[in-house]
Amino acid sequence: MALITRQIPRIFIQATQGAAVRSIHNSTISNSPVLAQRPDTRVTATLIPGDGVGPDLVYSVQEVFKAAGVPVDWESYFFSEVNPTLSAPLEDVAKSISKNRVALKGILATPDYSHTGELQTLNMKLRNELDLYANVVHVKSLPGVKCRHSNIDCVIIREQTEGEYSALEHESVPGVVECLKIVTAKKSQRIAKFAFDYAVKNNRKKVTAVHKANIMKLGDGLFLRSCEEMAKLYPKIEFEKMIVDNCTMQMVSKPQQFDVMVTPNLYGNIVDNLASGLVGGAGVVSGSSYSADCVVFEPGARHTFSEAVGKNVANPTAMLLCASKLLRHVNLTVYSDMVRNAVEKVLQDGKVRTKDIGGQNSTQEFTYAVISNLELPKA
Amino acid sequence: MSGFFNGKNINELFSGLLRFLAKNPPKNSGRTAEIVSSKPISSRLYSSEIKKCTLIPGDGIGPEISAAVQQIFESAKVPIEWESVDVTPVRGPDGKFGIPQAAIDSVNRNKIGLKGPLMTPVGKGHRSLNLALRKEFNLYANVRPCRSLEGYKTLYDDVDVVTIRENTEGEYSGIEHEIVDGVVQSIKLITEDASRRVAEFAFQYAKENKRKKVTAVHKANIMRMSDGLFLRCCRDMAKKYPDVKFEERYLDTVCLNMVQDPSKYDVLVMPNLYGDILSDMCAGLVGGLGLTPSGNIGLNGALFESVHGTAPDIAGQDKANPTALLLSAVMMLRYMQLTPYADKIERACFETIKEAKYLTGDLGGKAKCSEFTNEICSKISQS
Repeated sequence: MALITRQIPRIFIQATQGAAVRSIHNSTISNSPVLAQRPDTRVTATLIPGDGVGPDLVYSVQEVFKAAGVPVDWESYFFSEVNPTLSAPLEDVAKSISKNRVALKGILATPDYSHTGELQTLNMKLRNELDLYANVVHVKSLPGVKCRHSNIDCVIIREQTEGEYSALEHESVPGVVECLKIVTAKKSQRIAKFAFDYAVKNNRKKVTAVHKANIMKLGDGLFLRSCEEMAKLYPKIEFEKMIVDNCTMQMVSKPQQFDVMVTPNLYGNIVDNLASGLVGGAGVVSGSSYSADCVVFEPGARHTFSEAVGKNVANPTAMLLCASKLLRHVNLTVYSDMVRNAVEKVLQDGKVRTKDIGGQNSTQEFTYAVISNLELPKA
Repeated sequence: MSGFFNGKNINELFSGLLRFLAKNPPKNSGRTAEIVSSKPISSRLYSSEIKKCTLIPGDGIGPEISAAVQQIFESAKVPIEWESVDVTPVRGPDGKFGIPQAAIDSVNRNKIGLKGPLMTPVGKGHRSLNLALRKEFNLYANVRPCRSLEGYKTLYDDVDVVTIRENTEGEYSGIEHEIVDGVVQSIKLITEDASRRVAEFAFQYAKENKRKKVTAVHKANIMRMSDGLFLRCCRDMAKKYPDVKFEERYLDTVCLNMVQDPSKYDVLVMPNLYGDILSDMCAGLVGGLGLTPSGNIGLNGALFESVHGTAPDIAGQDKANPTALLLSAVMMLRYMQLTPYADKIERACFETIKEAKYLTGDLGGKAKCSEFTNEICSKISQS
């Protein structure tokens, strides 16, 4: 009986929350309680090595995990669009991810033409299947990585299930192609809420909405309006809007002014890559994609770096940082810090550096350097 | 009824018809022929007589910087006569506000124009004047060279890229509708003709300006049909220009690499939205829109402009920086095959910035616009 009386107020609270305008969905940035309370101590995560140098990088993560004794079991799937015969079916991968609720994913190559004549890429299909709507890329200047800009610390939140990536195209008459960009109020509000929630949770001051509503008055206008409306519900967070071309210009001249940015699909892709370029390239920036109940961790700038396959030169920093974030997400904070600190130490020491950040060391050497710097945090 | 057929109306009808014919010459047989006709109308310009050139001073700081450019041109004895026109919108016969006919006629006659910044009032019932001009003169390619200037330090000192942007269709086609409440569909329109036209222009530009490489920027992995079409047109055109290197890059890759190592790129050709974003980004690399010239090449002429804002806060105070408009004017001279004058003016301008004695406020100096202008003029007369 006591149990029931304790539950009743909670049910009421949940009901009121559900009715409130703000909770369009339940944010899952926090550690999912389900995972934290799991009876067994080991965690299972889906692993998709991806194309290009993905397998090398994932191998590096596995080595580090082994050395650190991280209690994570991988459920590995070969998933690829360029190699459809060997690829695991989408359903299996999606099922595994929704079961495990966390995944580490390399980058999938997206060819210009699909073998089946489809317009949708495998990446889009996976995102749509799992409804991974929010992509979060935290771009931060890393110690020891020399760049033209310094002190960058911004978070780019990108809607990634609609917009330009809707794969709705047709050739009306020969030589005339129409490509549809879909913007919906529901998804715009959802991403806007996600961005503001993220800002609140991570003690951020400002949210910048990136748009092109001066030209695409209806489409981007809808996105911008959704952000404006959401901003009213978060009076403590400063809200700012910026046209995408101006945004890129500001980004390359004064990137320190940005805090949290919320963008539609394509602009997010542009800003992600631009910002990653500012702090050292695709090899050092980690990212993650969220749905209401699962998270996929993947490098922030999506490049397969296929020209480096088998050369053992790719930088595993991004993937290791993704792995560290994954550990934090499943509440293995000690291990998460261990990996992160080791990577940062190696970068800061600057003795072992891969080619992209001005060194000559191989992926393997970098991995071993990280392993030898693994330290249990002092209690 | 009789009033309808009075002389004025008939005259208007006739002149309208004539204009229509002038604007839409009978189509040539083949597609290639059509494209070739888009070449600069240079043969007419080889003669040594004084050429007329339309000048649209613009709003805000526009008149000051236009005057500066005129002064510099005078001191360099450029054989150009300016025809200054006003483009303040007037109410046309259809009741809509638009560019005055005199301005349109002037550009159509001279085939070349220089334009200062224009203000687009928000929600005043007429569309952007820039857009109107673009439509009126079929300005299909936007060219923006971005080069690092000596004397104005930014984090990037090895930038030398030219962005060529398709200017008539793509994401900016303006076709949008709300299908049901809360669901908007914007159409990005890509046509073979326009893509081929801009690709041809890019290669032609690369060849004429002794550039090594053309990079097609696209997102055909995501937009497989539309950007695929654009890409195909670029590939076809690349075959016709075997001495210009051609490569294809994804938009995101270009963004990533551009901020790390801008020297990787040379001439970039791309659809409308990507061009808009990348050209502004490249301008950011070299110090902002106040330093980057821009030219719009069209079927019926070319319009060169400065793309910065009207800066109403410093208008009339002799503080504005005329560099962007001056460099646009230099581009215009090159387009008119007046290269010696172009080189002379450009050199004087770069030297003045390099010496950093007379820099305007936006470049961190204290000089007035007139001082900066006078310095360039004296450099020109010395040379």
